[in-house]
Amino acid sequence: MRFDVDDTRLDDLRERLADSAYAGGDLDLAYRTVDSPVGELLLAATETGVVRVAFAREDFDAVLARLADAVGSRILLSRKRFDHAQRELEEYFAGSRSTFDLPLDRRLSHGFRGEVQRQLSSIGYGTTSSYGRLAQQLGHPRAARAVGSACATNPLPILVPCHRVLRSDGSIGEYAGGQAAKRVLLELEARAG
Amino acid sequence: MRAPFERAVEHHGATVLRVCRAVLGGDPEAEDAWSETFLAALRAWPSLAEDANVEAWLVTIAHRKALDIVRRRRTLPIDQVPACTVDPDPATALTVWEAVRSLPERQRLAVAYHHLGGLPYAEVAALVGGSPEAARRAAADGMKTLRTVLKEDE
Repeated sequence: MRFDVDDTRLDDLRERLADSAYAGGDLDLAYRTVDSPVGELLLAATETGVVRVAFAREDFDAVLARLADAVGSRILLSRKRFDHAQRELEEYFAGSRSTFDLPLDRRLSHGFRGEVQRQLSSIGYGTTSSYGRLAQQLGHPRAARAVGSACATNPLPILVPCHRVLRSDGSIGEYAGGQAAKRVLLELEARAG
Repeated sequence: MRAPFERAVEHHGATVLRVCRAVLGGDPEAEDAWSETFLAALRAWPSLAEDANVEAWLVTIAHRKALDIVRRRRTLPIDQVPACTVDPDPATALTVWEAVRSLPERQRLAVAYHHLGGLPYAEVAALVGGSPEAARRAAADGMKTLRTVLKEDE
């Protein structure tokens, strides 16, 4: 005996639940995944704004579990919440957008790493900097290594352009999305910029 | 550390919808009960004990939300009460949901909470009243009737 329920009805109900939870202020976090030229991306947002962008290689389940711990566990999948973000990302990957106009929630950026991560937005589209130069700009000329780890732990990659920071010798350096993804972003910006 | 609430929706959403459908019959009401259940569960999620049985907890909330809807139904003018009984065309086979709707209430609830919701008989009894043994019998009678009505052998 099979007590079937219609999966598409269930999907509708889930989307409706996310809508009313968001409207009622009952959500700590909404998330969805989107396809991109650098692989599937996870987008997560609080009421304030986008709080986390993650690459598939970071393991979305693990990322969400850490977000539940750091931000709150009232988390639902919501497609609608990210219509705007998805459109801006599509434009960026098509080469027609050079800056993002999305509210961000910086609560995952702490201390010196947070300082570095805020500084990243000053590196313009199509240009690059180096860990050493960034350390100097922040008044900590010997902190290149710490700047490197701040870039590597940027909770908002792509939106906050840590991919524009290279090693002082010009080599590509680390990236949360992998070096290949970093190269894709740099080439995209060089081509369109 | 609590898991993201979405996991609870993903793993138990279908179960809760089955329970709501069995308890309330009609689709729109069952879906309202589903939404109210998960909205209430979402609000309470951060304070739920780590080792709680999430599915049993959700089924219990669904029971309360379904009761609310039944109470609201009673306060409606009689001509607005959604039809809850079926008058199936004898030429076509009953669907499983139509068969469930035709069960006496105690059997229907016992089947809903035990067979669809996975609650042990003691917890079913706590929700619907009576002894665990009576809940067991109601569930067994309900399943027997369903098999007969649906002409299934097992």
